[in-house]
Amino acid sequence: MTSLPAPTSKKLGLVIDLDICVGCQACATSCKEWNTGGYSAPLSDHDPYGADPSGAWLNRVHSYEIGEGEDSRTLHFPRACMHCEEPDCVTVCPTGASYKRQEDGIVLVNPDTCIGCKLCSWACPYGAREYDHDDGVMKKCSLCVDRIYNDTLAESERIPACVRACPTGARAFGDLGDADSDVSKSVASRDGYGLLEDFGYKPVNKYLPPRPRRNSNIEAGTQASETIPAADNSATEKLFAWADRVLSR
Amino acid sequence: MNFEPKLDLDNPVGDHVATTTCYMCACRCGIRVHLRDGKVRYIEGNPDHPVNKGVLCGKGSAGIMQHYSPARLQAPMKRVGPRGSGEFEEISWDEAMELATSWLEPIRAKDPKRLAFFTGRDQSQSLTGYWAIQFGTPNFAAHGGFCSVNMAAAGLYTFGGSFWEFGDPDWDLTKYLLMFGVAEDHASNPIKIGIGKIKSRGAKFVSVNPIRTGYSAVADEWVGVRPGTDGLFVGALIHELFKAQKIDLDYLVRYTNAPWLVIQDPGAADHGLFARDENGDPLVYDQTSATFASGMNVDIAPALVGSRTLADGRTARPVFELMAERYLEPEYSPDAVAEDIGVPAEDIRRIAAELAEVAFEQEIILDQPWTDWAGRKHDKMIGRPVSMHAMRGISAHSNGFQTCRLIHILQILLGSIDCPGGFRYKPPYPKPAPPGLRPHGAPKDVHADEPLGGPHLGFPLGPEHLLFDGENAARIDKAFTWEAPMAAHGLMHMVIHNAAARDPYGIDVLFMYMANMAWNSTMNVADTISDLTAKNEDGTYTIPKIIYSDAFYSEMVPYADLILPDTTYLERWDCISLLDRPISEADAAADAIRHPVVEPDRDVRPFQEVLIDLGARLKLPGFTNDDGTPKYPGGYPDYIVNHERAPGVGPLAGWRGKDGSKFGTGEVNPDQLDRYIENGSFFVQHLKPEQAYFKHANLDYLNWAVEVGFRPTATPTIFQLYSEPMQVFRLAAEGHGEITPPELHRDRIAKYFDPLPFWYRPFEEDMVSTAKYPLHAITQRPMHMYHSWGSQNAWLRQITAANRLYIHHSVGDSINVKDDDWVWLSSNQGRVKCQVQLMDGVNPDTVWTWNAIGKRRGTWGLDDDAPESNQGFLLNHLISELLPEGGDYRYSNSDPITGQAAWFDLRVSIEKADGSGETSPKFEPVGNSSQPTSLTKLAYGADFKRRSK
Repeated sequence: MTSLPAPTSKKLGLVIDLDICVGCQACATSCKEWNTGGYSAPLSDHDPYGADPSGAWLNRVHSYEIGEGEDSRTLHFPRACMHCEEPDCVTVCPTGASYKRQEDGIVLVNPDTCIGCKLCSWACPYGAREYDHDDGVMKKCSLCVDRIYNDTLAESERIPACVRACPTGARAFGDLGDADSDVSKSVASRDGYGLLEDFGYKPVNKYLPPRPRRNSNIEAGTQASETIPAADNSATEKLFAWADRVLSR
Repeated sequence: MNFEPKLDLDNPVGDHVATTTCYMCACRCGIRVHLRDGKVRYIEGNPDHPVNKGVLCGKGSAGIMQHYSPARLQAPMKRVGPRGSGEFEEISWDEAMELATSWLEPIRAKDPKRLAFFTGRDQSQSLTGYWAIQFGTPNFAAHGGFCSVNMAAAGLYTFGGSFWEFGDPDWDLTKYLLMFGVAEDHASNPIKIGIGKIKSRGAKFVSVNPIRTGYSAVADEWVGVRPGTDGLFVGALIHELFKAQKIDLDYLVRYTNAPWLVIQDPGAADHGLFARDENGDPLVYDQTSATFASGMNVDIAPALVGSRTLADGRTARPVFELMAERYLEPEYSPDAVAEDIGVPAEDIRRIAAELAEVAFEQEIILDQPWTDWAGRKHDKMIGRPVSMHAMRGISAHSNGFQTCRLIHILQILLGSIDCPGGFRYKPPYPKPAPPGLRPHGAPKDVHADEPLGGPHLGFPLGPEHLLFDGENAARIDKAFTWEAPMAAHGLMHMVIHNAAARDPYGIDVLFMYMANMAWNSTMNVADTISDLTAKNEDGTYTIPKIIYSDAFYSEMVPYADLILPDTTYLERWDCISLLDRPISEADAAADAIRHPVVEPDRDVRPFQEVLIDLGARLKLPGFTNDDGTPKYPGGYPDYIVNHERAPGVGPLAGWRGKDGSKFGTGEVNPDQLDRYIENGSFFVQHLKPEQAYFKHANLDYLNWAVEVGFRPTATPTIFQLYSEPMQVFRLAAEGHGEITPPELHRDRIAKYFDPLPFWYRPFEEDMVSTAKYPLHAITQRPMHMYHSWGSQNAWLRQITAANRLYIHHSVGDSINVKDDDWVWLSSNQGRVKCQVQLMDGVNPDTVWTWNAIGKRRGTWGLDDDAPESNQGFLLNHLISELLPEGGDYRYSNSDPITGQAAWFDLRVSIEKADGSGETSPKFEPVGNSSQPTSLTKLAYGADFKRRSK
C-alpha cells in the first residue's frame, strides 16, 4: 500500500467546458502525440494496422446521447485522470510507484518502480489508467508535468498539450486549490462539478455543464407573434406601401 | 510508502523547430514541427498564425502517424499486371518521366483535348490549372464539382463572395449564428475557435442539420430538418420577414439591385432582363427627380416599388416587388412548408422573429468613420449582428445552387453582409458578382501544340459562354453545356464515366492527382471500376493510359498504369496562394508556404516538382525558355518565387519587390521564401479599421484591392438579388438569342434558371418511389478525419476503424433491430449490408453514416482483416452518377445549374439482415507487393525516451 501526502494546498487540474466541446479529438491526439515522446513515452500501439488496433491513450473523448425527447442532447465527454484528492489508485499501489505529489497534487506513476500489476486501473472508477504494453508499466495523465514546469518552453506554452491544442477553448488548466484562480472562478460561476463525486475520491478536475437549451432569444414577455404580425391577405400591398418611401442610394 | 522520485522536467522538446503549414485537411493551419535527430517529435499549432492562432485539431495533432504511415508510396512504378491487380514494377524517376512524356507529347502535337487532367484535394490549383492551360487541353478541373461548386457559384453570382475561404461569420461581434448543414468544414479550426467564442459570449447558435452531432451537438438550438429542405426553411423565413416588414430597405437601396427595373414583356427577347440606359446601365426610377435614372448614379432615391412605363411603352418593375411577390406566396408560408421540412410552423416563425429582433433591435454601432464607394463620409459602422454559415448539407443536393442563393438573400434582406456582427468577406473577396472570368475550352481556344486560349473555369453570363464543339460538349465532363451551364468547377465525377463511354469523345490519357476516384471519391464504385478496366475488342483499354499521383497506396493506385509517388506534407514545398484558395481572415489578407522540414526516406518527389519537370520536358511555353531550357530549373520553389502571372503578380503576395517591401504586386524578390520561413511560413497584411467592413462598397478597401491586384476596378460589388445571367439562359430556353438549347433540354433550363431563387424537390426524391425508398441517406466525415486520409493513421483509426449506419429509434423499432444488428440498405442503384446504431438526434426520415471509413482490402497499408474492409462500408455504392431512368434523357446526378454532384439526394429503404458479421459488397483484395509490410506494434516515442535519459 502506498500512502497519500497530507492534503495539498495546490491542486492543479483541468476544467472542461461541456457546453463548447464539439468532440473533435484534438485533446486526445495532441495528448498522445506529446506523451508518445515525453514523460509517458512511448504509449505503444498494438496491431496498429490490423483487425483490432489498440494503444495506450491518456485522454479519450466519448460522444453519446443523454436525456429523452425535448431534453435529449448529444454530449462530447473528454475523460482522463481527475487527479483526485483521495485517489484509491495511489493507495492500492503495492510498490509505491503510484504517488500524489505534495507540491501540486498531480497523481503520477514512477515507471522505474511500477511492476504493471494493474491494481490501480481496477481501483480507478474513471478508467483513467492504461497499460503500456511496450513499457510494461501503467500510464496516466501527468498534466504534462514535463511541459508545465519546462523552462525550455516559453511561459505561455507551459500548459498541458490538450489545453494547448483545444480549438474551442473548452479546456482550462490551473490551480483549483486557489479560489481566486480563473479555473476556480469558472467552476463557481458555472456550477462546475466533479465526475462521480459520490464515490468520495474528491476529483480535482471539474466539468462545466452544458448551458440550457435556448429555443428563444427574445426578451421574456415578448411573443413571437408580436414581432411578426399575423397572416394578412393584403401582405403584399401592405409591404409595398411600407417600402414606398424615399431612400437615398 | 510514499516516495517522490526526482523528475527531469526541463527536457527540450527537440533539437530543432520548423514552422510550416498543415495539410491534414483543407484548413491549412500554421504548425510548428519539433524535430529530434531528424525525426518528428511533436507537431503543435503556431500561435502567431492567422488561421489557427495556436490551436490544432485532432487530425493535425495526429500528423506524425500520417507522415510515417506504412501506406506511403515508395518509388515510381509502372503497372505490369492487369489494371486493378496491384502488380507493379518499380522504375526510376527518369524512366517514369520519359514514359509520361512519351504518352503526352503526341497528344499535345495532335489533339490536346485527349488529355484529361483532373486533381482532387489539390491545394495548388493555380499551378495545376496553369500547367493544363500551357498543355492546351480543355479538360482540367479539381474536385470542386463534387464538393461545393453550386454554393461557391451561388455566392459569387449573388454577392461576389461565398462561405469558407471566401468569408466567415463575424465571430467577435455576431449575436446570432445560423449554420446550415455543417459537420466539419474547410475552416476546421476557425469555426471551432469561433463557436467557442460566440457561445462563451452568450450569442445564440442555431444549427440547421438533420443530424445532431459535432457542432450541432453544442448548438443552443438544433433544427433537425429533412435533408434537401433547407431552401424551403429559408424561403419560409424570408416569407415571414417580408410579411413583418423586417427588411433593411436602406441597405437594399445602397448595395443591391432591389430597385433595378425588370422588363415585363412575356414572350419578348428581353423579358425579365433589366431595363438599361444608352450606356448599358440598369435603370431605376428616381423619386427625387421623378424620372428614370441610371442605377449606378450616386445622388438618387431609387424606388423599390411601383410599376413604371418605359420610354418604349413597356412595363418594368423593380426587383424588390418581384421578390416580395415570390416569397409572400402562400407556398412559402411556415404552415405550408412545416410538414415537408419536418419542423413545426411555430418554430419557423419564432426563428424568423429572432433573426429580425437581433438584426434590427440589437444593432451594433461602431464609432469607426469610413468612406463609401461614392466618396461619402460616414461617422459610424452600423451592424446587423446576424450571421450565417453553410456547407455540405446544402451543396450535395441537386437544389443546392438555388438554396444557397436563398441563404444569401436572407442575409442581404437583413442587411448583414459585411457589416459588424454579420457575415464578413475575406480578401481578395469580394469580387464583382459574378467575377469577370469566362470559361475557355471551346474549339477556338484549343489548338495542337499551343496553350489554351485562357483559363478553363469561369462564370458564364449566357449561352455565348458555353463550351461546345459543334453540337457536342467541348469538355470530357460536359461542363459549360446545357446539362451544367454554370459548371464553374467542372464535373470531376463524370470524367471516368464519360471517358469510358467515349461520350462526348474518347481520350488517350487520364492524368489524376490526389483523388480516390476508384473508391470513396466516386459515385457508383463498381461501375467506375468497370469503366477504368473496360477494354476494346482488341484487348486494349478503353481509357488507354492512366497516370496517377498520390502519396499513399489508395484504392485508385492499382488502376493506374504509371504511378508518380508524392511526398507527405512535411517533405514538400507548397504555396497557399491568393491566386488559388487563400487563407485570409476578414481583417487581413494572408498567404503561406510549406517547405520541407524532413527529408524523404523514399524515392518520392512532390507532385508540383514533377509537374514543372514534365512541363519542361514537354516544352510547354510557360515552363520553357525560348532556347528550350527549363524555365524553372530550381523546381517548385523556383516557380513560386519567379513565376509571374501578370507583371508583378506571382504565387506569393508577401515581400515582393527587389527589397521585399511590397505587398500584392511588385518585382520578383529572390529572398522571398527566406522571408516567409523567417516569419513562420506565412504573410499577413492587416486591413486598416476603416477598411474592415462594407468591403463591397468601401472606397478605402476598394482602392487598396485594386492597388494590390485583387480587383480590376474600384467600382462597388452590387448584390444581385435578381440574377440576370440566369434569365438570359431562361430566355434561350424559350428560343431567344443565337444559341438556344435543343428541345430536349429546354424545359429543364427554363424551370431551374429562375433569376429569383426558389426551392424545388431534389431530383432523386422526385424520380424514385418514396414509398419504396422512404428514407434519406446522407454521410458526414468525423471531425478527426474530415478532408483527410485517416484510415492508415495508426492513431486516428483507433478512434474510428469501422462505421455504423445511424438510424432513429423509430426506424429501428419499425424493423426490429437494435445496436450492432445488420441491415440491408437499398437504393435504386444497389444495396449495402451494414451494422446499425440507434440514436435520437437524427431527423426520423434520415439515416446516416461516417463517410470514407470503409476501405478496400489490400490498400492503405491495412491488413486484410481490418475493420475498415470487413465492417466498414461506403454509401457510394448506392449512389448513381446518373439520375434514375425515366425521362427522355439520363442527366448526371447533379445540380442542373452547376453540375455539382448530388450525393445527398440519395433515397433508401432498410430491412433487417441475417446475422452474418460482414459487410457487402466486398471487393476482391488488390495486390500490394510493392508496399512495405505494416508493423504489428508501434512504440514511436521509445527512442526519444531512451535518448532523453
